[in-house]
Amino acid sequence: MRTYLITLALIFMLGVPAVAFEIEEDRLFPGAGQELRILSTTDTVIFSPLIEGFQKTRPDLAVRYTVASSQEVFRAIYDEGAQFDLVISSAMDLQMKLANDGFAASFSSAATQALPRWAFWRDQLYAFTQEPVVMIASRHAFEGLVMPRTRQDLIRVLRDNPDRFRGRIGTYDPQVSGAGYLFATQDTRQSDTFWRLAEVMGALAPRLYASTGTMIDQLRDGDLALAYNVLGSYANARLPEGGDGVVVELEDFTLTLLRTALVPQNAANPKLGGAFLDYLLSGEGRRLIRDEAGLPPIDESALAAGQHLRPIRLDPGLLVFADPLKRQRFLREWSGALIHP
Amino acid sequence: MTGFFAQSIRRRLILQLLVVAALLSVLLYFSIRSVADDAVETSADSILGAATMAIADQLRGADEGVEVDIPYSAFSMLGSISQDRVFYRIVVGGQTITGYPDLPNPPQGASLLSPVFYSTLFRDTHVRIAAVERAVLVERASVPVLVMVAQTRQGQAAIVATMANRAAALGLGFFAVAAVLSLLTASSVLRPLRRLAGAVGRRGPQDLRAVTGSTPAELAPFVLALNGFISRLRGALSRTETFITEAAHHIRTPLATVRAQAEIALRQTDDAETRATLHKMIRAVEDSSRSASQLLDHATVVYRTDQRDEAALDLGLLTRDIARRLEPTAEIRDLTLGLTLPETPVEIKGDPLLIESALRNLVDNAIKYSLADGRIDIALTVVDGRAEITVADTGRGLSGATAQELTERFRRGVNVADVVGSGLGLTIVAEVAAAHGGRFALTENTGGGACARISLPLR
Repeated sequence: MRTYLITLALIFMLGVPAVAFEIEEDRLFPGAGQELRILSTTDTVIFSPLIEGFQKTRPDLAVRYTVASSQEVFRAIYDEGAQFDLVISSAMDLQMKLANDGFAASFSSAATQALPRWAFWRDQLYAFTQEPVVMIASRHAFEGLVMPRTRQDLIRVLRDNPDRFRGRIGTYDPQVSGAGYLFATQDTRQSDTFWRLAEVMGALAPRLYASTGTMIDQLRDGDLALAYNVLGSYANARLPEGGDGVVVELEDFTLTLLRTALVPQNAANPKLGGAFLDYLLSGEGRRLIRDEAGLPPIDESALAAGQHLRPIRLDPGLLVFADPLKRQRFLREWSGALIHP
Repeated sequence: MTGFFAQSIRRRLILQLLVVAALLSVLLYFSIRSVADDAVETSADSILGAATMAIADQLRGADEGVEVDIPYSAFSMLGSISQDRVFYRIVVGGQTITGYPDLPNPPQGASLLSPVFYSTLFRDTHVRIAAVERAVLVERASVPVLVMVAQTRQGQAAIVATMANRAAALGLGFFAVAAVLSLLTASSVLRPLRRLAGAVGRRGPQDLRAVTGSTPAELAPFVLALNGFISRLRGALSRTETFITEAAHHIRTPLATVRAQAEIALRQTDDAETRATLHKMIRAVEDSSRSASQLLDHATVVYRTDQRDEAALDLGLLTRDIARRLEPTAEIRDLTLGLTLPETPVEIKGDPLLIESALRNLVDNAIKYSLADGRIDIALTVVDGRAEITVADTGRGLSGATAQELTERFRRGVNVADVVGSGLGLTIVAEVAAAHGGRFALTENTGGGACARISLPLR
């Protein structure tokens, strides 16, 4: 509440133009000269070390960091023409849609050119983290059972122990969460087992969430026995090693989300946006992403080591599920499988 | 330009080959480009068409209308070759139900069986569009559905640009190789010509043999013409020499008669005046006779250097013989003739007639240009494997003229106007020396007079 008031006060004081999209956080990191404006889906807490690190290299810059949900970030740029110098989002499909439809400016530097082929699209969309999408489970809830290592295992365990898991399974609600929608649609692409899993989970009255944070909280509180499709980076940071909560990277496949950034076409200072992107991809930026933000930076060798890791491809295929008809159809099928009245 | 071309066959050949190579290189470049363009466009089109068909194949008639389910792979496959932007539009019964409503329709209408392709400008970028039409049954009515998928062609342009660069490199490489080859070709084509020119050019002044040896068929007419010319020249030369020989002979014989008669008359008269006149007459006849001899000698030398009779001969013997024969002439002039010969014979290989003629001319010259009471020293030595004959006199010298000048035909010294001479003597000597691989030198003596030196290789 206090942050919210401060945010409101800041908006008034600095005369930020009235915006129609829904802002969750807005913070100014003061600096001497020009203002770099970043619109992001990543919480300020996670990103502030990076911004402060960046300001050490560019003390002349002030940074305004605005946080919104992925849908709102997309809407702000696509529909409202909001002016930002860099747009960061975990919703790869929406970022892809922005770039494909001409809302991203071209940007190229030595740092972006060093990225592996799968970590960028054209010279517009660049990934700076690779985050596995995992299952988290409570050891206590699985007492006496073998911890599942694949989706088939999970289906079997759920089927064999319906009473233990009824009402204690959590997953994203794709109708509300952009990330949840992306994970669910990408799951259907990887294997048919997803729909079987959805049917099994649907029979056990799953609880639906809008964010990873709440699912982790409820698992720690003992309300949830397991949560499926959770951002591993957040889970690793908040579930201590050896505690009750375990992070499971399913071995049949583990989707890997790429957090991406783009410089919008209408940016007031595209060079500043590019400079921040370069910082994210620099050695120091990567170190801060790993150590301070707790997110895995782009690292091809880590992907090569984990055979089960499947980075979500940055290609026009992502546009398919952004199609309204397709979305409608998918959500109908998903609801049919998961929501049993 | 014509003049430039006319200067050198080689240059003309190289230029023409280079022009051909350049044309071929340019042709190669453009044909590779066009083939590459076509190939890239065809492959990109086929993927775009496949994506369009994949969407069209998923169209179903349902109760509430046409059901559209775009397969993930339809767009994903478009990303497999290049990172190009993708647009699409699905029109059901004239109404855009999803996609980009402003994507233009196919100008010529779509086909049911296979996609039609067209290029157009969409949202400020060039796009290639594939469109396919399907008829979907909805409540027993056929509803036309138009599926359009568009893709920008930056990736294709990049591939084509890469190929164009390679094609250009290939063209340049081709041209470079062709240039080197054309240089080599020009040289090799012209080599027989150069060889022929060299063979003819290296010949000595008297060498009038026919040109033999293998020549390319194209040069055969030229060689034939050259040989014809040479044989005509030889004929003309030999006729001239025959004429000179005949003429000299015809002059010498009556002169001998005149001289004999004059000598008889000299013996028969005691009248001092008549005797003086007869003496003058005899000398004049002698000079004329010598001139005629020299003409004859020269003709012989020219003829014989061409067809020499090589034989081993003792130069010492030959020199002594000459000295003995010319001694009376020297005595008439009150000249002392000194002869120095080695004790061993000095053998050389040569034509005795030619060598004798050369020596006679040398000694004769010395006698002719010596002042009375003078001295002529003839010496034969062996120096560095060469036989060297020096004829030194105490005469009037060369007065600055060089040996080179004096050995020219009919060229005489500037200080000899009072002596009858043909100007052929030293020419003969030089020619004979050259014909035998020897050298001839003429120098001024320090104490006055000239020293002629002829050196010939030992056998």
